[in-house]
Amino acid sequence: MSETSMTSARDDILSTIRRSLGVTGREAPRRGVVEGRLSGHPRGLVPQRGQLDGADRVALFKAQALGALATVAEVASPAEAPAEIARYLREANLPATIRMGADPRLAAMPWASTALDVSRGASQGRDLNGVSHAFAGVAETGTLVLTASADNPTTLNFLPDNHIIVVDAQDIDRDYESVWDAVRVKFGAGAMPRVVNMVTGPSRSGDIEQQMQLGAHGPRNLHIVIVGTA
Amino acid sequence: MSLHPTTPQFKDNAHRALGDAQLQKALVNVRAGFMDKRAAAAARLPEFEALRDSARDIKNHTLAHLDLYLEAYAAKVEASGGHVHFCRDAAEANKAVIDICKSLGAKTATKGKSMISEEMGLNDALDAAGVKPIETDLGEYIIQLRGETPSHIIAPACHLTKDQVEGDFRRVHTHLDAARDISQPPQLLAEARAVLREKFLAADVGITGANFLIAETGTSIIVTNEGNGDLTQTLPKAHIVIASIEKIVPTLEDASQLLRVLARSATGQDMSVYTTFSTGPRRPGDVDGPEHYHVILLDNGRSSMLGSEFEDMLRCIRCGACMNHCPVYHAVGGHAYGWVYPGPMGSVLTPTLIGVDKGGHLPNASTFCGRCESVCPVRIPLPKLMRHWREREFERHLSPATQRKGLGLWAFFAKRPGLYRFATNLGMKAMALAARGKGKFSRMPLASGWTDYRDLPAPQGGTFQQQWKQKRG
Repeated sequence: MSETSMTSARDDILSTIRRSLGVTGREAPRRGVVEGRLSGHPRGLVPQRGQLDGADRVALFKAQALGALATVAEVASPAEAPAEIARYLREANLPATIRMGADPRLAAMPWASTALDVSRGASQGRDLNGVSHAFAGVAETGTLVLTASADNPTTLNFLPDNHIIVVDAQDIDRDYESVWDAVRVKFGAGAMPRVVNMVTGPSRSGDIEQQMQLGAHGPRNLHIVIVGTA
Repeated sequence: MSLHPTTPQFKDNAHRALGDAQLQKALVNVRAGFMDKRAAAAARLPEFEALRDSARDIKNHTLAHLDLYLEAYAAKVEASGGHVHFCRDAAEANKAVIDICKSLGAKTATKGKSMISEEMGLNDALDAAGVKPIETDLGEYIIQLRGETPSHIIAPACHLTKDQVEGDFRRVHTHLDAARDISQPPQLLAEARAVLREKFLAADVGITGANFLIAETGTSIIVTNEGNGDLTQTLPKAHIVIASIEKIVPTLEDASQLLRVLARSATGQDMSVYTTFSTGPRRPGDVDGPEHYHVILLDNGRSSMLGSEFEDMLRCIRCGACMNHCPVYHAVGGHAYGWVYPGPMGSVLTPTLIGVDKGGHLPNASTFCGRCESVCPVRIPLPKLMRHWREREFERHLSPATQRKGLGLWAFFAKRPGLYRFATNLGMKAMALAARGKGKFSRMPLASGWTDYRDLPAPQGGTFQQQWKQKRG
């Protein structure tokens, strides 16, 4: 498509919208309303369910994640995470190999104290077990929030059969809105990481006879390791 | 639009669907599956009804400022290194996608589920341009193997039984052991996963739809349970998002509220498994993700719906709750509707997009029971909008002569209340007399459409108006 026809399609569509709405697009009050909403991003109705603190919030996160058919373990400190991951793989009868990105929180963990065979980088599709560190959790629905970068490559969230996500208890927020506040603090107002993945349980499909089956195209299993206390 | 509508033959389609034993067997799953799950999810969240109000208000606010939010969105996408292609109609949108594919020398394109793709007839256009489209949502993959279209907007293969799917997999996956057991859904799913994994890794371009586009950040959102949309958009060198202009919402907060009603209304989940927010292409330092990020923004008549009596329809977030609760959809399934969008939302949208002369049967195929409106997460008054279509059809003299004469006769009496009361009273007494002893009619002149299938009860007691007067007394 040439530049000129693109420009005119855009102009055509916008002018039809304006004609339908009976506006010119230049009305200052209207522009003010839009600019105000975009910069102020007001919260709407946030359900009470997630409005908990401390251990109660973590307990809700855990219950919701279990309800979404994830498995959950809690460890007291980051140093204990590798042993928990090794235990999970052993008990699930899975090979002791993991792949992870360059996240400094993961890098600082004592992997050498386990028998785990650790490789690093994005997945090309040959990895059975992926490990990621979450940006945040959401208690309301037991959801994990992952942001894309070399620290936690997106491919690790979807290609491995088994996905293990580590989340700090202190990063478990009440609701999605709190996560967006944290994203704005870290990445700047109006900016986003290239990808934000919200993950709630393992992959599934109900497309054959409306019967839910786990392990569609993404991970068949999701194991969550909560580190520390809130 | 490359998909040729069979909507004008709705009556024949419906008749065939009612007699199709396989379809009727599959539709039992639809009736059993969706309604209870939605009701349970709604009951678990005390604020659900208030969130529906909020969702409606967010969409109304956005539509009233759509030009400005579209401009803000496009600027943000460009700032993040992506490209936005405004397209007036399906032909322009198909061309934009194909031009991108050609510029990258693409041979195959994996696809996440998208109803806009169906509306565009994108797969045929890609095929014709030498790019092989590969549907990756399990239901979409199954119907692509069969050369069919989706019969439901979120459960595209819900018209099929597992035995039919097994037959298709055996027919197409001939490289696999013929003696394998794929009689049950878990085995069918595992086989599709293995077959499609290779396609994901080999694809040149990934095409997804979008549940929402966020003006604040220039972000597209996809919502899936399978993870197919994410593999589609993450692995190839280009991600093409196709979306219609009304998918815009202002902020991340607004999107969050809409997500709270979307999954609950659709599948009865509190949250779908994967909700993915994508902003632009791969960035410096990234080790995966697409190098190119394009958004195709399709109008296709929507800009003209604004300000019209059908504007409410632009709030639709495509959850499928209206069809999941529709007795007509339950009876005939989605294909009978004859074009892309089935169920109550399709009955309103289809005449808008293909014309009331072709789509006029659909708004008539409703009992106006009101269930669709009662479950719509953005409170679209679907029966009212269907009634608007009936009015337009009548105004344009598109409805059949007998129906018009009948309505004319009724109107004659309705405008003369005294005569109306007299005539109904007389008619009722005559019918009661004629049915004496039986209390019902098995045959009735001019009403064979009813009496061919069931008895017509004979009137008993007074007319409606008489009873009304008594009881209010």
